[in-house]
Amino acid sequence: MNAFNRLLTSAAICLAVGVTSFTAHAETPANMLVIAHRIDDVTTVDPAESFEFAGSDISRNVYGRLVNLDPNDLAAGYQPDLAESWTVSEDGKTITFTMREGVTFHSGNPVTAEDAAFSLQRAVILNKTPAFILTQFGFTPENVTETIKADGNQLMITTDKKYATSFVLNCLTATIGGIVDKQVVMANEVDGDMGNTWLKTNSAGSGPYKLDSWKPNESVTLSSNPDYYGGAPAMERVIVRHVIESASQRLLLERGDIDIARNLNPEDIAGASSADGVVIADELKGRLMYLALNQKHPELSKPEVRQAFKYLIDYEGMRDSFLKGQYTIHQNFLPATYLGASDENPFTYNIEKAKELLAAAGVENLEVEIGVREAQERIEIGQSFQNAAAQAGIKVNITVGTAAQILGRYRARELDVYLGAWGPDYPDPQTNAGTFAYNPDNSDEANATGLLAWRTGWDTGGLTEKVEAAVTEGDRDTRVQMYLDIQEEFREISPFVMMFQQIEQSALRDNVKNWSTGQAVTAAAYWQVTK
Amino acid sequence: MALTDNNTERRPRGPLFPQWIKTTAMTLSSIAVTLLGLLFITFIIGRVMPIDPVLAIVGERASQSTYDAVYLELGLDKPLIVQFLYYIWDVIHLDFGISLLNARPVAEDIARVFPATLELATLGIIIGIVLGVPLGVLAAVRKGSWIDQVARVLALVGYSMPIFWLGLMGLLVFYGILGWVGGPGRVGIFYVDVVPSVTGLILVDAALDGNWDVFKDAFSHIILPASLLGYFSLAYISRMTRSFMLEQLSAEYVTTARVKGMSEWDVVWKHAFKNIRVQLITVIALSYANLLEGSVLTEIIFSWPGIGSYITTALLSADMNAVLGGTVVVGLIFILLNIFSDLLYKVFDPRAK
Repeated sequence: MNAFNRLLTSAAICLAVGVTSFTAHAETPANMLVIAHRIDDVTTVDPAESFEFAGSDISRNVYGRLVNLDPNDLAAGYQPDLAESWTVSEDGKTITFTMREGVTFHSGNPVTAEDAAFSLQRAVILNKTPAFILTQFGFTPENVTETIKADGNQLMITTDKKYATSFVLNCLTATIGGIVDKQVVMANEVDGDMGNTWLKTNSAGSGPYKLDSWKPNESVTLSSNPDYYGGAPAMERVIVRHVIESASQRLLLERGDIDIARNLNPEDIAGASSADGVVIADELKGRLMYLALNQKHPELSKPEVRQAFKYLIDYEGMRDSFLKGQYTIHQNFLPATYLGASDENPFTYNIEKAKELLAAAGVENLEVEIGVREAQERIEIGQSFQNAAAQAGIKVNITVGTAAQILGRYRARELDVYLGAWGPDYPDPQTNAGTFAYNPDNSDEANATGLLAWRTGWDTGGLTEKVEAAVTEGDRDTRVQMYLDIQEEFREISPFVMMFQQIEQSALRDNVKNWSTGQAVTAAAYWQVTK
Repeated sequence: MALTDNNTERRPRGPLFPQWIKTTAMTLSSIAVTLLGLLFITFIIGRVMPIDPVLAIVGERASQSTYDAVYLELGLDKPLIVQFLYYIWDVIHLDFGISLLNARPVAEDIARVFPATLELATLGIIIGIVLGVPLGVLAAVRKGSWIDQVARVLALVGYSMPIFWLGLMGLLVFYGILGWVGGPGRVGIFYVDVVPSVTGLILVDAALDGNWDVFKDAFSHIILPASLLGYFSLAYISRMTRSFMLEQLSAEYVTTARVKGMSEWDVVWKHAFKNIRVQLITVIALSYANLLEGSVLTEIIFSWPGIGSYITTALLSADMNAVLGGTVVVGLIFILLNIFSDLLYKVFDPRAK
């Protein structure tokens, strides 16, 4: 649906709401949470494989982890979960976890250190997309039985070198850190797949909820685990319904047929905010919107041109119009709320400054192609940039395509400019520093498609070494300063034009309390919600 | 018993195979060739379009080793023709493969989403026929009258109004404001998975289960999208009916019947209408096929998990197994409806026998 149609629809709804009021004829049961959300990105619910937003929501509520984030106090960072405590060896390479006693899986089996070892080993051996979160510590399918092992009630993890302990533990709070029930999983193994096929659509966890059903593009149903060690959740049943259309979500919410609408567009947020019994909750998320300038392009690789592009973004204009309420200006690679995040936003919309920089670089009649995924907000950002660039004498050709089309070309270093979004993978600064500012081998042969700096053809000008140093720094304050320094340099020299950070606006019935989408650091949690 | 001369006389030999066997064989081979062609074209388009199915599965963070592993797992390293032959072999065994994105058998997915579309489309076409045919006939009989004008405006609005807008307005008025119908989705949250799925058609399953609360709730959810689809079918069917009827009403045999003093009812329904039935069947079959193909926008607005949105999502996600599976089903629908129309022609028009 294009912007005009959206506007037309929203205007009509607002008009109708203006002359009449909705009478909620239904209310969801007090012990049930009903959420409207786009869940078409769920491709699997196996924690060793799941890597999408809606899939992470399921996993967070179904699987316990060694350490976890408390939805009521995310700022506190990782907390004990299935591991009650841990110690770090003198050389800083081995962390020994002591498992919590008396915790059971949904099957009734006890959660043991053996289950924890199996879960992490399995994730490394299966080598699915999120496996890099663990393999970056030197775990390989060949050495994983030695580097991750159980002994009685203890689990030992030995990394290939000393890392900041917070870095390792933060990674274990990610979806891939979910602990599965070894006995149940292996009972469903087919052809040595370590239960992967079965776990794609079933669950074997110990979290506050168990998965009743996942119907792709239709719904996810969870029921509470009465034996959850943290206490049975107040919401005994959670239903997440796949509702694509924003206006449909709003109608369902205002009628009282759902408790939470998670994908309202700015027009519907504005409308719903004035409806009776509805409140809007804002949370900063980790998704960053950015432009990447291909450094293989002879003109784009000039430092002045990279700078010029940073002045060709109408940051405030976009934030206050079609991105209103959904994004905030953010010109750094670490999202706000992250350890080491910077709130410096030095670039403003300045066509004259951009022209000066382009002239200094001797660039005239520049013509570039920008690849944009077919998402409305991204297309509008692309068009805004296109208009601004035209005023500075740059012709921008927008190529719109599906995610797979555009990403394929970006990963192959073929696009001049890529307009994209990036969300962190785990709540540690390394997650973004290690991709935006880290590129040890910039050659084509390196094929480091997972690194954004490599995709952009940027050798990082010495930041790679600084990122490597920051990830091993044990002192928290020193580490924070290191990331602030890296970002300061990054803002000036990098070919990335960091623009916006996402705000998720959930519309809730006003009886819903303690709702958390997980902010920038994790996924949504349901067990603390009350009504 | 001795053979008589009569018995030994050579009778004229009949055809080697009876006519019905020939017809059936022809029909089946026609279906097979059409489906094969359809599969081949879809398969080739799926493979040459610039969407990387591996990337669609592994996502943008995947390492090269993960990417390579999935590439081999999908058999994409094999020649195209080999991939196609493997696929055909599987389809012959009713195996459409595994959805690349949700890891479920495509056949299972289609068995889940197609009944949702079937139920919606069938109710929609019933509404379209029940209202559209009499409206078209009436508009033709009362040509130029207010009824004709109303029919024309209704059809015009039906043709020109964007379906998503009309759908949202319908939801707003009948669900949001008046509360007469259920909201998006096939049933309310209280009735999710309450009745066992036997046919996949919720109305039928609820009736079979004797659970009339679920039946009522499901009906309140389906009636609005079905009416919307029915309205768009009505617009087409009524205009075509009017056009066919006008042609018949101006024919000489109608004038003759009227001169003979036949009642207007008999003239219209027993003579003129009887002669447009074959044409109408084509129109209705086409409308029904279009609805069964899945009305993507209607399914999106009403959160209806049907085959239209299934194929669209699969296409945008480069889930080619799902796209091919969906294409086979849609192709089969068109073929079967064609065959059914042909059979009905023979029932209504002796010349077609």
